[in-house]
Amino acid sequence: MSATLTGTDAGSAPDPGSGADSAGRSRTSGRVRRGWTEHGLVFTAPFLLVYALFLVWPLLYGVRISFSDYNLAGINSKFIGLDNYTEAFKDPLVWQSLWHTVEFTLMSTPPLVVLGLAMALIAHQLRFVRWLWRLSYFAPFVLPSAVVAVIWTWIFEPGFGLIDGTFKSTIGWLTDSQYAMASVVLTTVWWTVGFNFLLYLAALQGIPAQLYEAAELDGAGPWKRLWKITIPMLKRTTGLVVVLQLIASLKIFDQIYMMTGGGPDNSTRPVLEYMYDVGFTGYRTGYASAVSYILFVLIVVVSLVQLRLGRNREEG
Amino acid sequence: MAPPLHRTSTPPAALTAAQFDARSADPSEAPTAQRACPPSRRGFLGGAMALGLLGVAAATSGCSADALASGKTRLRYWNLFGGGDGVNMQAMEAAFSKAHPQIDLEANTLAWGAPYYTKLAMAGAGGRAPEIAVLHLARLPGFAPGRLLDPWDLDLLGEFGIHSSDFPDSIWKRGTVDGKQFAVPLDTHPFVMYYNTDIAKKAGLLGTDGKIRTITGTDQFLDVLRTVKRTTGQQPITFETLGPGCINPWRLFSTFYAQAGGTVLSADAKRLTIDDAKALKVLTFMQQLTHEGLAVQKTDVGGAIALFNSGKSGFFLDGEWDVSTFKSNTSLPFGMARIPALFGPVANAQADCHSFVLPHESGRGGAPNRAAHQFAAWMLKNSLMWAEGGHVPAYSPVRDSDAYHKLEPQSEYASVANDVALDPVAWFAGSASAMWIDLGAAFSQVLTGSSSPQQGLDQAKSALRKLIATPNPFGGAAA
Repeated sequence: MSATLTGTDAGSAPDPGSGADSAGRSRTSGRVRRGWTEHGLVFTAPFLLVYALFLVWPLLYGVRISFSDYNLAGINSKFIGLDNYTEAFKDPLVWQSLWHTVEFTLMSTPPLVVLGLAMALIAHQLRFVRWLWRLSYFAPFVLPSAVVAVIWTWIFEPGFGLIDGTFKSTIGWLTDSQYAMASVVLTTVWWTVGFNFLLYLAALQGIPAQLYEAAELDGAGPWKRLWKITIPMLKRTTGLVVVLQLIASLKIFDQIYMMTGGGPDNSTRPVLEYMYDVGFTGYRTGYASAVSYILFVLIVVVSLVQLRLGRNREEG
Repeated sequence: MAPPLHRTSTPPAALTAAQFDARSADPSEAPTAQRACPPSRRGFLGGAMALGLLGVAAATSGCSADALASGKTRLRYWNLFGGGDGVNMQAMEAAFSKAHPQIDLEANTLAWGAPYYTKLAMAGAGGRAPEIAVLHLARLPGFAPGRLLDPWDLDLLGEFGIHSSDFPDSIWKRGTVDGKQFAVPLDTHPFVMYYNTDIAKKAGLLGTDGKIRTITGTDQFLDVLRTVKRTTGQQPITFETLGPGCINPWRLFSTFYAQAGGTVLSADAKRLTIDDAKALKVLTFMQQLTHEGLAVQKTDVGGAIALFNSGKSGFFLDGEWDVSTFKSNTSLPFGMARIPALFGPVANAQADCHSFVLPHESGRGGAPNRAAHQFAAWMLKNSLMWAEGGHVPAYSPVRDSDAYHKLEPQSEYASVANDVALDPVAWFAGSASAMWIDLGAAFSQVLTGSSSPQQGLDQAKSALRKLIATPNPFGGAAA
C-alpha cells in the first residue's frame, strides 16, 4: 500500500511544479517535461472549454445575478445590492430547509457507515456463494434515483403498501411529518449502502493476513481482533466514507423531491429544493442564487474545518 | 513482481513523457499497452463522435423538415393535459388536424403544474414561444401579460365566430388586463361532489328523479353524513387530506369560505382581508368532519379516489375531472352534484379555468398567428368533446346546447359556472401556485388533527403575508 502511494507521489509530484518552467525551457532542455504543454493542453482543452463554459462562467454569473432581482424570464431586473442576502438571512424557510439537510445528514451518515462495515464484514467472512452476497448488497446502488423513489413510494403507500399491508399498520410513512424524514433516510440507506460496502470490502481484503495470524497466536479472540486490528486498519477508509457521505448528503434532493416533494408541510424540504422552489417555481432566480451562495460558503467552511481536523488527526 | 505492476498502473494517471520513456526503455511492454488500451479508447471516442454526428444530422434534418413543410402553416401548441384530459385533448387535436390539412399542428404535452409554467415563462421570455398555449386563468396576473404573453386579436377571433358575449362575464373579464384580452377561457373546472347512488338510495337521500336532494346548511349536511354512516358502517365521505403538494384542503376551505362571504385578499392583493370569525367557523367544521369520523382523516388523493371507486364511500369531493375514471368503472353507480350551500345562500364552489393564451413571440403575426386564433375558435366551438372529461365549457353556445344537457352526469353541476369562487387576483395565486401549496399544507394539518383551526388559520395568514411581501418576480403591471 505504502509502495503504491510513494510510487504515484513520485510520478505526479514533480509535474505541477515543473510544469510552469517547463514551458519556458521546453525547446532547449526538459526532454521529459515538454509533453505537458505540448500534448496535455491539447488533450485537456475540450474538457477545459466545457468546464469553463458550464461551470466557471455560470458560477461567476450567478454571483452577479445574486445582487439583482433577476427572474427566470430575465425581464425587468435591476441591481439591488445586498437585498437578497439580507432577505435570505432573515428568511426562516432558508434556515428551516438548511436544518432539514443537516438533519438528513445526521440521520443517514451513521447507519450508512456502520451498516456498510457490517455488511462488508459478513461478506468477507462468508465462504459460500460469495458472489451472491456481494451482488445483493451492491445491486440497489446501480438503480437510478427515480426508480428507487418509485419503488419505495409504493412500499410506503399508506394502508396497502408493502409495509402497511404486511403489518396491518396505518402509519403515514411519507405523509406524516413525524416519519417522513426517517422514511427517506431508510430509502437512501437501502439504496447507497452498497457503495460503502464495496469500499470497506476492498479495504478488508487489503489488511495483511499475518496480523490476524500473529494476534491469534497471542490468544486474541474474534472480538479483540475486530476492535484491535480490523477497525484501526480501516481508519482511512472510514475517513473516506464519512467525507463522501457528508458531501453526498449535503446535496440531497432527488429522493425527497420525488417521494415527498419536500412535504408534508415542508417538513422534509432540503435547502437545495428550497432553491429550486424559489428559483424555478417562484421564478426568483436572483434570490435563489443568493441562497445558493450562502450554502456554498457554509460548505466551504465545513470542508476547511474538516480538512484541518483530518490533518491534525493524521499528524497526531 | 512489484515494479512492472507499478508501471502499468501509473501511465493512465500521468499520460505523459513518462509513458513515452517507458515505451522506449522497455519495448516488451509497449505492444501490450498498445493492444490493450488505445483501441478501446479510440473505439469509444469514435463511437461517441458518431453519436454526436448522428445528433447533428437529426437536428439538421429536423430543420429541413420544417422548411419543406413551408406549404403548410406550422402551429405549435403547448398544454399540460395528462390522464383522461390528455386523451380527450389528443382526440380534439386529431380532429382539428383532419379538418385543417393546411395547418401543421405540433402539439406538445408537458408535465402538469409548476414545471409547465416554468417552461412557458422561459419560452415567452425568449420571444421564441409556441404560437398558442394553455394557462390556468388564475395564474394570468403572475404571467406578466404584455411581456410574456401577447394579447388576442379580438377582430380576428370575431372573424372565426368567437365574441366576448359568448362567455360568462366574470370569467371573460379575468382574462382582461389593461383593456386587452390576454386569455380566452376554454372551461371552468369547479370543485364538485360525487355520490354513490346505491348508498344514497339506501339512505333515502334521492329525490323522485333519482338525483340527490338539495342539502342546505352544515347541520343538514352532518345529518346526511351520519345517516349514511349508519347505513354503510363506513366513513361516509372522503377527500384528499394530505400528501405531497396536496391542494384539496385549500379547495375545500376556499369553497366554504366563499359561501360564507369571506375574501382572502384586497383587490390590489396588497392586504390580507381574511375574516377570522368566518374562517374559523369553516375550519372548525372541516375538522369536525374528520374528528367525528365522518370523513376519512388521513388519505392522499389517490387513496380517496380508490375508496370511492371501490363503492365503499358514499361521497367524494374533488374536481370534476375524475368523471372519466369513475365512468370507466361499470360497477360503480354514481352521480355528481354541486357542492351544497353550507355556509350561505349561494352554493359557491372553488374553481379555476383552463384558457388559451398567446405566449410572447417577437415576430407574432401572419399565418401562424391566424392559425392560433383559428385553433382556439375551433376548440371552443367543439368543446363538447372536452366537456366529456367533466369540465364545464366556458363557451356559452356549447354550454347551453341540448347535446351538453344530455351529457350525464356532467351537466348536473354546470350551473356552478356562474357561482364559482376563483382565486384572488394576485401574481402568486392560481393552480399549482405557491399559495395553493402553502395553504393546502396549512389546512391539511387542520383536517388531520395536527393543528387546531386557530393554528391552521395563523399558519395560512403568515404564509399569505410572506407572499404579499414577496415582490412579483416579473415586476408585472397587474398586482
